[in-house]
Amino acid sequence: MTEMNEKLVFDRPESVIDRPTHYCPGCHHGIAHRLIGELLDEMNLAENTLLVTSIGCSVFLYNYLNVDAVEAPHGRAPAVATGVKRSRPDKFVFTYQGDGDLASIGMAEIMHAANRGEKMCVVFVNNTVYGMTGGQMAPTTMIGQVTTTTPAGRCQTHEGAPIRMTEIIASLGGVAFAARGALNNVANIKKSKKYLKKAFEFQLNNTGFGFVELLSGCPTNWKMTPLQANERIEKEMIPYFPLGIYKDVSEEGGVC
Amino acid sequence: MSKTSERIFVKGNEAIARGALAAKCKCFFGYPITPQNDIPEFMSSAIIKAGGDFVQAESEVAAANMLLGAGATGVRAMTSSSSPGIALKQEAISYMAGSEIPAVVVNMTRGGPGLGDIGPSQGDYYQSTRGGGHGDYRHFTLAPGTVQEAYDLTIRAFDIAYEQRTPVLILGDAILGQMKEPIVPWEPENIDDNAGRDWAIDGRTDGREKRLIKSLFLEEGALAGQNKKLQAKYDSWKGMTEAEQFETEDADLIICAYGSIGRIAKSAVRKFRKEGKKVGLFRPITLYPFPEKELKALAEQGKRFLTIEHNLGQMIDDVRLAIRTITDSDFYPVYPGNLPTPDELEEPILNCLEGK
Repeated sequence: MTEMNEKLVFDRPESVIDRPTHYCPGCHHGIAHRLIGELLDEMNLAENTLLVTSIGCSVFLYNYLNVDAVEAPHGRAPAVATGVKRSRPDKFVFTYQGDGDLASIGMAEIMHAANRGEKMCVVFVNNTVYGMTGGQMAPTTMIGQVTTTTPAGRCQTHEGAPIRMTEIIASLGGVAFAARGALNNVANIKKSKKYLKKAFEFQLNNTGFGFVELLSGCPTNWKMTPLQANERIEKEMIPYFPLGIYKDVSEEGGVC
Repeated sequence: MSKTSERIFVKGNEAIARGALAAKCKCFFGYPITPQNDIPEFMSSAIIKAGGDFVQAESEVAAANMLLGAGATGVRAMTSSSSPGIALKQEAISYMAGSEIPAVVVNMTRGGPGLGDIGPSQGDYYQSTRGGGHGDYRHFTLAPGTVQEAYDLTIRAFDIAYEQRTPVLILGDAILGQMKEPIVPWEPENIDDNAGRDWAIDGRTDGREKRLIKSLFLEEGALAGQNKKLQAKYDSWKGMTEAEQFETEDADLIICAYGSIGRIAKSAVRKFRKEGKKVGLFRPITLYPFPEKELKALAEQGKRFLTIEHNLGQMIDDVRLAIRTITDSDFYPVYPGNLPTPDELEEPILNCLEGK
């Protein structure tokens, strides 16, 4: 027997609960959850966090993060989070919403929470499809993308064009930080974590509303392998949804 | 025990806002709609002065969901609106009932259906007492008849909401909201403004287990269990009913009416009593739970009943259910869109009294 000198170099963040998730193979929700969990650990936030979950695949985030949570009706997470934050302004509050939830049924709530400059963060997972319900067209579905409700592909003259949320949010007065990252490769994942951290910091400094969009893969509903899904993000989604910081009031030197 | 202060002359809407502040309401979420605008307008400054917060929401839907969020933290919070706006709030009310989040919702009703008018109506009785949103639930509903009672019941609404972990609806109307009357405000003592200590989401401090407030129950048997638990709670409210009885003791005919119509009917009762006619008034104050025992006790004394509502007949169902094994009730509708007067009610009451 030789003595093994093992060193653990990659572990589960403490804020992420040790249990199997319900996500499909290749789904990027797990990566987004992990990034948030890492930040909650690194910024020592877990005990002070109130999470507002939304409707869709990510509703079960409350089973995976070790934080207090309340479940919002479909699309209403920013309104619920407004109530949470206004009643407990000392807490760290964030929502986690998919594209159908945030950019369709919840469009009014996200726009006005952002415009009021609510001191909260919104993590927006954009995978261009309604996942939980089986792959229907979302407001972010790409032109030509086949879904169960656009069997011939999304047609701009009939269904409109995919909505670029980060650009819209960045244009609103109360927003301190708005950025779009992607979860399709290590470099983009690292950048996404930086964006999330900045958004979190803006809330902790009481500066304003923080918004981070994460382009994510849904291999099941895209009918692709996980690798093909990663390639699709790079080749189809990023050109239409360019990555980067769209608003950062600290760099602009002004208040929002 | 309570501290009382000087008499003031205020609208019903303002009385509700003042009652909420006396009950230590800390968050108000509103949206403009007639005839309740005095409530958010008053609150927009008064609740800030009281150390709370006010948000004019982007919609009724959002206001109710903000209320859901505040209630989940255990902080005393409320919203107010009028009929069409209350319909929009039903989504959040159902979620709050399902996930046992306390909240106070005020409905100063107007005429319907649709845009209707901005005058008084009792067209929202079904919505207020049957669980107005989707799913199978109930919530407490309190129906004040005077401005003082609006103040008093608002304070009670907060206690019930946070003790019972339920939305509580205060059901007034345009008459009550816009009418000015003298009231004596009072401040309740010993308010438990930390009623959520055992369930609210307030941070996983002191190393406690995380808390989750939700209405999604997918595991086998879980939703049935939750519904059973909710039903047990609703059953436990049966002892919390309240009704005003006026001249009922020797009455041959009992008029059943609530809110503003109850008050107008009371004027008619007074007039008939002066003429020696044995008419009395039964005015439910809790519409859910409905005071069926009290009503049944009157039926057992052989009395006759006339239900008068400012709608096409909604509470009449609850009256009939309460007395169904003994007798029935006549019904007189005041159509929404018309303002009822005591004179208008005299003929149907007289007809009923004389058995016509």
